[in-house]
Amino acid sequence: MIQEKIRQKAKELLENKTVDLIIGFGEGTLPLRATPLFIRNPEEVDRLIWNSFCENNLATYLHKFSQFKVGLVVKGCDARSIIALSLEKRFKPDQLFLIGVPCQRMVDRRRVKKAVKGEILRAREQGDQIIVEGEDFKTALKRDDYLYPSCQVCTHRTPIKANVVIGDPVEERSLIEAHPEIKEFEKKSPEERWKYFEKESSRCIRCYACREACPMCYCAECFVDSPNPKWIEKGLSPSDIEFYHIVRAYHQTGRCSGCGACERACPMEIRLTYLTQKLNLDVKELFDFETGIDADALPPLSTYETEDKQEFIK
Amino acid sequence: MGNGLEKNWEPKILAFLCNWCSYAGADLAGTSRIQYPPNIRVIRVPCSGRINPLFILKALQNGIDGVLVSGCHPGDCHYLSGNYIGRRKSATLKRFLEYLGFEEGRVQFSWVSAAEGEKFSQVVEEVTRDIKKLGPAERFVKNDDSGKN
Repeated sequence: MIQEKIRQKAKELLENKTVDLIIGFGEGTLPLRATPLFIRNPEEVDRLIWNSFCENNLATYLHKFSQFKVGLVVKGCDARSIIALSLEKRFKPDQLFLIGVPCQRMVDRRRVKKAVKGEILRAREQGDQIIVEGEDFKTALKRDDYLYPSCQVCTHRTPIKANVVIGDPVEERSLIEAHPEIKEFEKKSPEERWKYFEKESSRCIRCYACREACPMCYCAECFVDSPNPKWIEKGLSPSDIEFYHIVRAYHQTGRCSGCGACERACPMEIRLTYLTQKLNLDVKELFDFETGIDADALPPLSTYETEDKQEFIK
Repeated sequence: MGNGLEKNWEPKILAFLCNWCSYAGADLAGTSRIQYPPNIRVIRVPCSGRINPLFILKALQNGIDGVLVSGCHPGDCHYLSGNYIGRRKSATLKRFLEYLGFEEGRVQFSWVSAAEGEKFSQVVEEVTRDIKKLGPAERFVKNDDSGKN
């Protein structure tokens, strides 16, 4: 079982002092949740778990442990973020030990909650089913019907460049065929697209959870917090919120692994990945670059080709 | 903010011109007495690679009707590769803004060398014509004055 193997490997790494710390997933305090877990003691490895609720992108936490050797449990998307971060020289090459797990894709807890009436008190996985129980109900749901949107369109479930891969690699899809939704959206008129963007961003409460959840948002001072130059005002003016969302997404150009952590973190359920996925597609189309696949390719916006397309320039 | 109800509405266009080529091109247009629409407001930048997408968005938020970014022709950059880097930023930003629902043509890009006074006036004419066709910017404009510096 994958969970057992993760524990074994974690124990081995801690005992051999290959790493100072293991970051993995532990049982959450609420049903349908897993929580990031930080383990330094080999005796504690039994708290590590692996199931369909391990949704966080653990690469986010690396920024806090730059002085340590870290063992990290990674899914396909997390591993891509790590490669993207290493291109930006965020850690030393031998500082990390990646325990890769080919991802079975994660379950959208919100959709599960919406699928049943009443509060869910217990949840567990059984084969390809999720069994949820409440005070007066017990339902079995088909796991694959309740996957996160970002997981449904995932193109790299098997971790790339992991030090060890636990479990069998899974089949992958190409980036272009994975995003029919974005192509559909592009066909709409600019008015309709703007209306949709306005509608989505209007729910934003500016908690910046999307920024905090994202492994690529590590700036010491984010542009929204900068008092000088003050790019945007505090408060809930629609224009300022749109400004934030445009720039937060745009700053991911060529850096987003499409893990969907931003969207999962959003308490208002704003559809954030429709922005970043578009950027990913554009970067693929314009510069033939996919984030976190090639550990030697420079990020697309920090390099150039003299032959880049320029038909839009007068 | 431009008011579409005004009969004689004229667009406000912000032009980011690179110091070494396009700004000199604009200068040449001036000293050669070439006429072009007075709708542009010029901001001189060291290089078209200096353009932060935040500049463009901030301009649009403050009610600018159109933005023009102009730099040296490929291969002519004073800093060797600034305009190539800028070109990648421009390409992704333009696509992204149009995907979000900004009208095509609100943000435009050009190469103008120091010897192309004539081309500079043509570019400004074209951009002004395009923006006039689009009308005043409405999307994304911040309506209250508190955010204006």
